[in-house]
Amino acid sequence: MIQVENLHKAFGAIRAVDSVSFTARDGEITGLLGPNGAGKTTTLRMLYTLMRPDAGRVLVDCLDSAADPLAVRRRLGVLPDARGLYKNLSARENIDYFARLQGVPADEGARRREALIEVLEMRDFADRRAQGYSQGQRVKTAIARALIHEPRNVLLDEPTNGLDVMATRRMRQFMRDLRAAGRCVLFSSHIMQEVAQLCDRIVVIARGRVVADASPEALRLETGESNLEEAFVKIIGSGEGLAA
Amino acid sequence: MNPSLVVFVKEVRENLRDKRTLINALVTGPLIAPLMFVMVMNVVISRQVTQAEAPLELPVIGASNAPNLLAALRQQGFDPLPAVADPIAAVRDRDAAAVLRIPADFGKSWSKGDPAQVEVYYDSSRRDMQQPVNRLKAILERYSRLTGAMRLVARGLSPALARPVVVDERDQSTPQSRAGALFSILPYFFVLTVFIGGMYLAIDLTAGERERQSLEPLFANPVPRWGILLGKIAAICVFSVSSLLICVTAFTLAGRFIPAEKLGMDLGLGPAFALEVIVLMLPLVLLIAALQTLVAAFSKSYREAQTYLGILMLVPALPSVLLTLLPVRTAPWMYTVPLLGQQIGITELLMGGSMTAVQVATCLLCGFVIAALMLAVTARVYGSERLAISV
Repeated sequence: MIQVENLHKAFGAIRAVDSVSFTARDGEITGLLGPNGAGKTTTLRMLYTLMRPDAGRVLVDCLDSAADPLAVRRRLGVLPDARGLYKNLSARENIDYFARLQGVPADEGARRREALIEVLEMRDFADRRAQGYSQGQRVKTAIARALIHEPRNVLLDEPTNGLDVMATRRMRQFMRDLRAAGRCVLFSSHIMQEVAQLCDRIVVIARGRVVADASPEALRLETGESNLEEAFVKIIGSGEGLAA
Repeated sequence: MNPSLVVFVKEVRENLRDKRTLINALVTGPLIAPLMFVMVMNVVISRQVTQAEAPLELPVIGASNAPNLLAALRQQGFDPLPAVADPIAAVRDRDAAAVLRIPADFGKSWSKGDPAQVEVYYDSSRRDMQQPVNRLKAILERYSRLTGAMRLVARGLSPALARPVVVDERDQSTPQSRAGALFSILPYFFVLTVFIGGMYLAIDLTAGERERQSLEPLFANPVPRWGILLGKIAAICVFSVSSLLICVTAFTLAGRFIPAEKLGMDLGLGPAFALEVIVLMLPLVLLIAALQTLVAAFSKSYREAQTYLGILMLVPALPSVLLTLLPVRTAPWMYTVPLLGQQIGITELLMGGSMTAVQVATCLLCGFVIAALMLAVTARVYGSERLAISV
């Protein structure tokens, strides 16, 4: 479970994240929806302790991220906005590197790695060097290495960004599988359809603030719109920066 | 496995697969300097040898004014060339190292017993032409002294009267120390090698990794940043030390291809020298790795880091250049300054001298303390928030 309480982050005069609070529960997919530049990535970066909040706190499985960032990182699987691989290493080697950094025992790491390669359909390229991977192959490898320590909580920053239709469908199914396994899945997106389809809970962010936090059903009821797309536009104030 | 060790193993393994890093660390960096050195030394030495043995060929103006002088000069290995029209232009345009001019009234002054004048045109700023000029002057001087002595004897006087003071030169330079003067640039080559050996790795592990967007996922792992940094710096050190080992080995081998014995020199480039150089350089290896990481971490991109490190590479040349241009007496405090300490220490070893245990200890201790400080600064910068952000 991830609890975010009153998070603030400013870059100079720009208040990128301005008092954001929400909770992402285990066994649920929580979507962080917002137009480009709304503060989604900055919020996630504070969750996985890359950035320190100016104010507020983040609790991952009730652990304070400011007090014990290493313990928090052990409980998180992160697909950041930046998902560069090591080009001179194969997918397997990229995954193994993170397994060792996470302190996963070698035989256990190998077993999980093979399972992930199977689930993510990476067998064809797993031993080729990452130089020349397609966008989809890169994302798969990045996800596999992020989940090698079997974290309870999974953070995905725009996971379907740049993927083709088939890969996007597989990615969505993968997230559902994670939910079925009881994980806490939090992902950001600016694609309304995706959020509406997948999420048990939607947190809408605009200009660094949470403007809505409810289930898709509740959002529809709240705004009185039967169409979720119209509901979002109404909540955010404009449709700018969102994709259907 | 310790996380720093994990990072270290991965960086070494990955970079062993990178052709550019490998070529720089194991071929270009360590071997260019010894190769250049062998070539330059061969040219310099063979030139000095031929200049010393070959007949001294210089243009003479007004040779007919002093046939006796010319005959005497010929006996000393001087070979007069035909006159040139303008001696000043000939020297300035490098047509001749020097021009000897014998004025028309030479014979008249000679017979009267007055000092007869000859003129030597040369350019003292042209160091490469010093040797023929000095030879010519020495021959003329010798002829003058001999003739003077004979004139005194003819008048029944002892030639010793004309030489109240005799200078007896006792040159204290040893063959090693003469070689050392030529080799004083060598310490800079070692520093340069360490620098080049680690450079691509340092850029790749910071600016490069950020540019490839792999730093952010790396930092999501439960490893403190200083732990990651230590692994990376250790990897840089391994590459730069390998470069240094190859370079020092190449220099010890290259010593055999330098015909230094022709100049009566003896190069102290043995295994003991190699070992001492490597030990002395160890603090610099760490210091340079930390410094390179720091600079690369500050840079916004791979290219920017390359530019900054290229400029930084010239800094270690300063002690070498300064000590070559302004030879100062070495003082004990100099061993406390990294780079300077190595420079004078290695030069001392080359000159056939040795370093005391205190000097070596000072050099190592101060070097490691300053390297540790640099490492602390680098770790601070590496821990900063904006470091990881790729976009």
